[in-house]
Amino acid sequence: MEVFLVNLIAATFRVSTPIVLAAIGETYSERAGILNLGIEGIMYFGAFVGFLIADKSGSLWLGLLMAILSGIVFGLLMGFFTVTLGVNQHVSGLGITLLHTGLTLFTFRLFYGGRSTPPSIPSFQTLNILQNNPILGPILSQYWLTYLTFLVIVPLAWWILYRTNFGLKIRSVGENPEAVDAAGISVPAVRYAALAIGGGLMAAGGAFLSLFQLGAFTHGIISGRGWVAIAIVIFGNWHPVRVMLGGLIFGGTFALQLRLQAMGLQLPVPYETFLALPYVVTIIALVIAGRNASYPAALLKPYRRE
Amino acid sequence: MEAKRFPYQLVKTDTPPIWMRPLIPVLILLITFLITAGLILSTRANPFQAYYYFLISPLSSQVSFLEVLVKSTPLMLTGVAVTFAFATGYYNIGAEGQLYAGAIAAAWLGIVLAGVPAAIAIPLMIIGGFLAGMAWALIPALLKVRLAVDEVVTTLLMNSIMAYIVSAILNGPWRDPTSGWPQSPEIAENTMFFKLIPRSRLHFGFIVALVGIAVLWFILTQTSFGLKMRAVGLGKPAAQFAGINVGRTTLIAALISGGIAGIAGVSEVAGIQFHLIGDLSAGYGYTGVIIATLGSLNAIGVFVASLFFGLIDTGAQTVSRAMGVPVYLGEVTQAVMLLVALGMYLLQRYRIVRRA
Repeated sequence: MEVFLVNLIAATFRVSTPIVLAAIGETYSERAGILNLGIEGIMYFGAFVGFLIADKSGSLWLGLLMAILSGIVFGLLMGFFTVTLGVNQHVSGLGITLLHTGLTLFTFRLFYGGRSTPPSIPSFQTLNILQNNPILGPILSQYWLTYLTFLVIVPLAWWILYRTNFGLKIRSVGENPEAVDAAGISVPAVRYAALAIGGGLMAAGGAFLSLFQLGAFTHGIISGRGWVAIAIVIFGNWHPVRVMLGGLIFGGTFALQLRLQAMGLQLPVPYETFLALPYVVTIIALVIAGRNASYPAALLKPYRRE
Repeated sequence: MEAKRFPYQLVKTDTPPIWMRPLIPVLILLITFLITAGLILSTRANPFQAYYYFLISPLSSQVSFLEVLVKSTPLMLTGVAVTFAFATGYYNIGAEGQLYAGAIAAAWLGIVLAGVPAAIAIPLMIIGGFLAGMAWALIPALLKVRLAVDEVVTTLLMNSIMAYIVSAILNGPWRDPTSGWPQSPEIAENTMFFKLIPRSRLHFGFIVALVGIAVLWFILTQTSFGLKMRAVGLGKPAAQFAGINVGRTTLIAALISGGIAGIAGVSEVAGIQFHLIGDLSAGYGYTGVIIATLGSLNAIGVFVASLFFGLIDTGAQTVSRAMGVPVYLGEVTQAVMLLVALGMYLLQRYRIVRRA
């Protein structure tokens, strides 16, 4: 039981990392008034670009950097549609996801052909902390990006959004862009910035899967994690710390099903029940949180000077 | 401090320049193919030759032309399904999952109805698929209408859940005992859709899809319910004020949408595969969103867009076979076309003007 719990906690942080990264990215975007449904595609493309560059250059760091860069670029592209052109955010976001899925599969086929086993690379390794301690060892021996996510990126997001002038601008363009404009601040510039930060974080989440956790790229590598991240942002009421907690709940459910599968129990239900469980839990969490959700007032609304 | 001004700005125009209107589809195609030409060049293939295989060659023989119609069949149905929802302002992105719900029903009825005359069995399968798709669409629709839970997220999450359900069925009770493949047993012969043209793959599902287009046109433009749908789609508060029951209208539109997506699943099982398989749909539910958007949420538009996307899907396979360009060129082209069209849409309503 003790080993089970220790492994579960350790896995929860690992599994939550990409979701939390992406969800914090989506928090920046939505706080600025843009629902970025491109998240699933940006994660997918980030996972692939990171893998491709790392494989071809031999540098995991360069892979991660290029993945983040791709996320920033496509966050800005999302901005072009939703900020500059002001078209429907649902449709443009979904379009960006479909574009990335297609582009990824196209490029993958180009570089790796139609092979059945996914190519793999040596991935980032976990940090070895207190290895001799049977409880703290497994829990603390995480990837550096997991530490960075929970100890830096989440607190920093809170600090930026609630304690800095820039964060105030982000929240204001998501609530009342007219007032921001009247104060002489460029609404598009703030929204573009939020989308760029968001895109970078989403792509980092995708790259975590390919460069840290798996050391490989598979076609189903993201499999709906981006959509989960969007649900978690609503669940967390657009507050970085609560979003992180939502990510941990999803991660915990996901880790639980992984542990149960690994134990090889003979269960009366098919193993897919466990795979689907985190998605079901996410919907339930959304229903519970939905009553109190206070959407950014200008979410989905393009801003244009009259 | 004043931010540096961009020297051009968009100015709203009430009437788009007349000469622009017929040009827009042409511009969309041109820009899309300019962008995708870059991708084709990256494979060291000649774009002109590739576009010949992509767009012309499928239309040059009867066999491949019929294949275009086969490929456009599920797209027409998901396009119609998404249009019903989007026109009502309900963002159903769950057509993919609803399609599979219909497919499961068809694979089951296809076994149960063995021996029943086709004239009875096939309508029953279509109704069954409609009900199954509707049932899967009911959960997010109810959550939206009763509890105000965002339907975009729930329908997307339900697609993932459905994928696991299909996998559980195919790896469990329905795994083919003879081949061991994860596919359901073959449906009975009397439940298979008949061929419209012998020795082709074009099947009865195409007629069903055409009926779907006609029903969409009829409901949206000829009925008072269609008027209510569009009113809700244009603005919920105003519709409410006009005495329309917004919740009820949204719920019904969402259920029709799910049901029609379910029929797309029936059509693929009974017309093409004859089994339920894990990759029955090549993302048709998501492509339906593109088609509904490109078709500007009306029946004729959806019809034309589906045919064109059927051509792209067929052409992508031709290019892939003939020149080794990855078949995913089709998906990329469709997504690029959506984004280009979104960009163009604004040119219709806005003019780029140099700042004074």
